[in-house]
Amino acid sequence: MAVTAETVAHLAKIEKSQGYWRSVWTRFLRDKVAVCAGLVAAGLVLMAIFAPWIAPADPLEGSMIKRLSPIGTEGYPLGADELGRDMLSRLIYGARLSLFMGVVPVLIAFAIGAAIGIAAGYLGGWVNTITMRVLDVLYAFPSVLLAIAISGALGAGILNGLLSLTVVFIPPIARVAESVTTSVRKLEYIEAAQASGASSLRIVRDHVLGNVLGPIFVYATSLISVSMILAAGLSFLGLGVSPPNAEWGLMLNTLRNAIYVQPWLAALPGVMIFLTSISFNMLSDGLRSAMDVKQ
Amino acid sequence: MSTPILSAHNLVKHFNAGGFGAARKVVRAVDDVSFELAPGETLGVVGESGCGKSTTARLLVQLLRPDSGSVRYEGKVVGPELPLKAFRSKVQMVFQDSFASLNPRMTMIDAVAFGPTVHGMSQSDATRKAQDLLDRVGLDPSRFGGRYAHELSGGQRQRVNIARALAFDPQVIVLDEAVSALDKSVEAQVLNLLMDLRRERGLTYVFISHDLNVVRHISDRVMVMYLGEVAEIGPAESLYSAPRHPYTEALLAAMPSLDPDRRTMEAPLAGDPPNPIDPPPGCRFHTRCSRAFGPCSSQVPPSHTVGKSHVAACHLNSVKEQVA
Amino acid sequence: MLSFILRRVLYTVPIMLGVSLVCFALVHISPGDPLVSILPPDASVELQQQMMAIYGFDRSYPEQFLRWLGLALQGDLGNSIATGRPVASEVFNAVGNTLILAVTATIIGFTLGGLFGFVAGYFRDSWIDKLATAISVVGVSVPHYWLGMVMVIIFSVELRWLPATGAGPGGSSQWVWDWEHMQYLILPAITMSVIPMGIVARTVRALVADILQQEFVSGLRAKGLLDRGVLAHVIKNAAPTALAVMGLQLGYLLGGSILIETVFSWPGTGFLLGQAIFQRDLPLLQGTILVLAMFFVILNLLVDVAQTSLDPRLQRG
Repeated sequence: MAVTAETVAHLAKIEKSQGYWRSVWTRFLRDKVAVCAGLVAAGLVLMAIFAPWIAPADPLEGSMIKRLSPIGTEGYPLGADELGRDMLSRLIYGARLSLFMGVVPVLIAFAIGAAIGIAAGYLGGWVNTITMRVLDVLYAFPSVLLAIAISGALGAGILNGLLSLTVVFIPPIARVAESVTTSVRKLEYIEAAQASGASSLRIVRDHVLGNVLGPIFVYATSLISVSMILAAGLSFLGLGVSPPNAEWGLMLNTLRNAIYVQPWLAALPGVMIFLTSISFNMLSDGLRSAMDVKQ
Repeated sequence: MSTPILSAHNLVKHFNAGGFGAARKVVRAVDDVSFELAPGETLGVVGESGCGKSTTARLLVQLLRPDSGSVRYEGKVVGPELPLKAFRSKVQMVFQDSFASLNPRMTMIDAVAFGPTVHGMSQSDATRKAQDLLDRVGLDPSRFGGRYAHELSGGQRQRVNIARALAFDPQVIVLDEAVSALDKSVEAQVLNLLMDLRRERGLTYVFISHDLNVVRHISDRVMVMYLGEVAEIGPAESLYSAPRHPYTEALLAAMPSLDPDRRTMEAPLAGDPPNPIDPPPGCRFHTRCSRAFGPCSSQVPPSHTVGKSHVAACHLNSVKEQVA
Repeated sequence: MLSFILRRVLYTVPIMLGVSLVCFALVHISPGDPLVSILPPDASVELQQQMMAIYGFDRSYPEQFLRWLGLALQGDLGNSIATGRPVASEVFNAVGNTLILAVTATIIGFTLGGLFGFVAGYFRDSWIDKLATAISVVGVSVPHYWLGMVMVIIFSVELRWLPATGAGPGGSSQWVWDWEHMQYLILPAITMSVIPMGIVARTVRALVADILQQEFVSGLRAKGLLDRGVLAHVIKNAAPTALAVMGLQLGYLLGGSILIETVFSWPGTGFLLGQAIFQRDLPLLQGTILVLAMFFVILNLLVDVAQTSLDPRLQRG
């Protein structure tokens, strides 16, 4: 049957209701704290992207005579680090690796964990039991310990850091995905879709994903704050990012020895980690309450 | 009866209720249930909650796999002889919870159009078909088609669910408490719609409900279930006027009569049904039956044919046979 | 109840096996030959093979795992590559120090967090509630190792009130409960207590608000009868959950103490881990992680059992 002009005209007349995500967005905009947190987080991301244009100096080039200059030194508004590199520029450039190391593991873990959890939740039965028991083992480690154990065994390096953090975040995300999917699977619209003869893949794509990805994603965003702290923590221990790269955790590590000379300078990178972590935390809280309201 | 359009043969479904090995417990949700549906007829299914009505419905539409027994469509065993997907478009189901049966992220037009697209119809054809069906169930597609489930009333949602089932052009629709959650006036409207559709399209219904008045109103034949078994099955008229199983009698006596003079004061069915994990031996109803006697607590009652296509599983009928 | 405990214990066995498998695998995911750090770089091929045989690296993985597990069960976690001493005794010495720190931090964090949460839940939506909520958000978002540095800067570098690092005067590693030693504990314990404080405050606030909304409590409140009985009721109902949170937090602190111990050079398991990482001392890393993870698993078990005996309604799970 061809689609006639009449059909098209008829179709166009159907007025579509405001979708779920638009109402979430409206509610989110009313939450001032969350909007502020979102703006700060967006600002940090923009700072990371445009670092070369914003930073006044080269973050890797030091000057021996300027070593550990205090905050407010001429030409060094936030001072200079233990190798005489401009602190402001290093903090700006540091956003690149720090955000990358904090956000990317959560995103990868979201993709893998959601896939595992949704599959386990939708299929149920022994597939579910085995998957969840295996995840329980990883869950039995405190997250900090597991991250340090894996990257400690693998050794320093950006890739090893990413890998260990990803492994840490897969089990909690998969757990949430599994429980959300299990509760959705029991609803009658899934039964109705099964009674339609659609394949499992199609049911998951058309009926399950739209209803579970939102809550799983919000949970994942709440992990970004933890991930930022952990990622910087790994570099702080000498794992993760290695010198001379600018990364906030690593900067804390190398400046720690200067704590008696320029104490407040040494604490600066931590302010950035804190700012990032708290803004992602509040952003995620705002997202959750915006999505929580029953329709 | 000519070849039944849909038939259940010794369906058994037990659910695991925890425990392992010898201590393993099972809920005998459906235990050896058989019946047939003639084309165009409506079979009412009644019983208290937990009697296996909904499990029977899900077995019938193949949402659950039976532990043993089979479902046949036009005489062909579903699965080996008739592909499941072909069966899906012939037998559809409408659920009790109108809200939970609709994907909250889908517009009503998409919800109705989903089924046909699964069976190979193009998106635009399916959308047009969905519009026609929404129109047929009394919802203006230009007003309601783009809405989401939470923007509709319960009655409107159930109309959408009926339209969705119709979108497959099915022969049989299993209605599992489909009108039970609706207000009385809305319920009547939806029932009228169902009866109109039955006439127009020659549909066969399995109408599951705990409301005996409604079942009598819509059904040609009625099946009474108790603890996973068929207690009695027969034509609506004779079953309601001359029940041949004490359980049916008790249910009918408990029914709120429309005639105020005939309302009974006493509750003929005391207590809750026994636990289906450990059903009583013999006749499962004997623990609550006012007329239980000798064999009831030890022997499973056989099915007695007590009239034209009227069967009841009660020992009282064998006494009557002997007396006669 | 007894069957619940038994089931819960049985469930822990495969978890423990899995945890030890992960710890065993740690050495094998590490790049390079496990012997590299033991052998001199110019070792002959024969010596290499000899050492492989001694350490059992020439056998199959399942064999190696069983052998390693068997030894671990007898308390033999191998020898540290850096010091040559048995890993088990190194870990054993360090665990005590970590426990002192983690338990103190848990007590501080739980007391303060409980207080904040209680007050916030009791006076909901007042300024004090908002303050408590803000503190709990800060508590979970702050990088605690940085907070430790800030504490050192304020109290050691600027004010010179408390020592910055170590666990006793003159680098003493033998803990004594006297002021000389305890002043070393104050900063790390307070820093560490911030980790559970936010979570405890959040949990207690929700619990208290929830209980106060129950009908009979709000009825009493309406009559102005907000006496000790109501308070006792609130505390009794909030206690099991609060205790469970506390137990789990103690577990997290045991495992998560590494960063804070590094900042304060506190001679616990975290410090040991830091050394193991710095010197690539894999047996030490493996042994410490194993002991900490087992602690965590057992603590989880105890919390579950304790919580269920306090509130038998939870038994279904």
